[in-house]
Amino acid sequence: MIAKKYDASKDKQFQILDQNGKVVNEKFEPNLPKETLLKMYKTAVLGRSADIKALQYQRQGRMLTYAPNMGQEAAQIGVAAAMEPQDWNSPMYRELNLQLYRGVTLESVFLYWYGNERGSIRPDGVRVLPTNIIIGSQSNLAAGLAMASKIRKQPEVTVFTIGDGGTAHGEFYEGLNFAATYNAPVVAVIQNNQYAISTPVRKASKSESLAQKGAAFGIPFVQVDGNDMLAMYVVAKEAMDRARKGEGPTLIEAFTYRMGPHTTSDDPSIYRTKEEENEWAKKDPIARFKTYLINKGYWSEEEEAKLVEDVNNEIGETFKKVESYGAKVELMEIFEHTYAEMTPQLKEQYEDMKKYLEGAK
Amino acid sequence: MAIITLLEAINQALDQSMEKDNSVVLFGEDAGFEGGVFRVTAGLQKKYGEERVFDTPIAESAIIGSAIGMAMNGLKPVAEIQFDGFLFPGYTDLVTHAARMRNRSRGQFTVPMVVRVPHGGGIRALEHHSEAIETLLGSIPGLKVVTPSTPYDAKGLLIAAINDPDPVVFLEPKRIYRAGKQEVPAEMYEIPLGKAKVVKQGTDITVVAWGAIVREVEKAAKLVEAEGISVEIVDLRTIAPYDEETVLASVKKTGRFMVVTEAVKSYGPAAELIAMVNEKAFYSLEAAPVRFTGFDITVPLARGEHYHFPQPERIAFELKKLAKVRP
Repeated sequence: MIAKKYDASKDKQFQILDQNGKVVNEKFEPNLPKETLLKMYKTAVLGRSADIKALQYQRQGRMLTYAPNMGQEAAQIGVAAAMEPQDWNSPMYRELNLQLYRGVTLESVFLYWYGNERGSIRPDGVRVLPTNIIIGSQSNLAAGLAMASKIRKQPEVTVFTIGDGGTAHGEFYEGLNFAATYNAPVVAVIQNNQYAISTPVRKASKSESLAQKGAAFGIPFVQVDGNDMLAMYVVAKEAMDRARKGEGPTLIEAFTYRMGPHTTSDDPSIYRTKEEENEWAKKDPIARFKTYLINKGYWSEEEEAKLVEDVNNEIGETFKKVESYGAKVELMEIFEHTYAEMTPQLKEQYEDMKKYLEGAK
Repeated sequence: MAIITLLEAINQALDQSMEKDNSVVLFGEDAGFEGGVFRVTAGLQKKYGEERVFDTPIAESAIIGSAIGMAMNGLKPVAEIQFDGFLFPGYTDLVTHAARMRNRSRGQFTVPMVVRVPHGGGIRALEHHSEAIETLLGSIPGLKVVTPSTPYDAKGLLIAAINDPDPVVFLEPKRIYRAGKQEVPAEMYEIPLGKAKVVKQGTDITVVAWGAIVREVEKAAKLVEAEGISVEIVDLRTIAPYDEETVLASVKKTGRFMVVTEAVKSYGPAAELIAMVNEKAFYSLEAAPVRFTGFDITVPLARGEHYHFPQPERIAFELKKLAKVRP
């Protein structure tokens, strides 16, 4: 088991692809079909491009607050690719690539960040909870989803993701402790992107690694090179299999880097150096995965050029579509989903506002 | 019909709901093996097994948060919080997810769960064991807050809460868990949420109360009856969303209005009810409405609690004052 082999409190990170895209851990290279590898790659390119575009739209005043994922594509997609359709995600807010891979549409992601709740509606059968802005609680929800799978004897696993900052939250411990105690089918993934807005990990935790916090729950834990798509996949798959067999949770720390700002309201130049950013740029998860695919003969620069063009067209069309209807919210929409049935108080408040809008005198 | 206590009625409602519906699961601190510190869930783990009735770590946030996850994945969780004052670590999950998930997902993900909380003072307990926190619950959009005052209501309201498609906090008046017995039908029945009940007809003053305080108001009404004051008592039963119609009909009849609660005065439920009556029945009032509530203080420990908890004598005193006011 990898999680035991690479004890994060003693050993180095688990890696398969080095930063030049070279396989350095052949024994663990997964035997994934070409189409899966290409789906992973294409999703990452779409995600990266969507991030860049969303930041541009925001600067143009067309998009509201947006949290980019740049740099964390492998940490998200490696996990998503290890999941089965019936599995659940209890996500955090920086999760574009995982969402896309799991079947959430780019249109709905844009619609959500555009400020419209309809963007949280998932296609039928896509078990990804809505974007979770509050920090930490996804751990509790995951414990519950997984307990339900266990009690109902369904072969489902729940993956929850959390940032390095989120591991300081009590709920991270409460939920994972509960899940571990009951061997609930949970996989916990910390995306350690080094910063909680401006606060570096070393000012938020004294642990040598965040993975080693798993020792306290009595569950396997491992620190992975989070910019290594293959390593993330392999570790996540092992954890998913364990959970599905009833062996309980695993804690995975994806050691990665947020290449962009925390959100569009943030300026990373205040709290980190260009040198640091340049060092991490060399570890770009997409670049090394591309090299891997080219070396395998699965990908070429011609195909790349075509993909980038297609993806950018798709993003532009999608955003225009969202702009065409996303700003319009019917009055009833903000009332009708508070309860299954509107309360007398809500009905009255709705009627009053409606009359006012209709020009009541 | 058996004559049983409020606590037994709750146990019966849980038992029958679990028997009828396999998706109902029950858990909390000591709620499984021991049957809870009040023994409300006694016997249920033995009957339904450890998969459906289980103990949790002492972690209210995980209890409520995981209940939300279970509710979204096909179960009907009934989570127990051991005492009112222990709810706070789980309050975040209640506010940030339970009450909002339906709205957040435009109706796609819903949270049909019940959080049972022994509630209120009067049992000479430690700090954090005697709080009346309906103020903090009733103001959360998306949450329903229910509290019974009799064994009959306890059974019917809890069954309705379990069958409700939205998250319900079920406040159990622990002071009267075993205080009295009542005939309760053996079969399952529901009392609709959001409906108050006129527990005593009267002509001079309308008093709205809920939970354990209803009994205190009933005692007070008897005390003032001798002096010719006829009190109409409305048991609110559901604190959110509350039944305006029943309250207004009563106030329009009597012209005088008092809310009695052990919850705080400022920004509390009494203030809410009076604001509503002022908005909708102002011209029916013959006297300014009265809030008779707990003080705006931390609930005193056992020896000072009697000042804080509305007692029949003082309720009677306030009723007499209100009856005397002339326009």
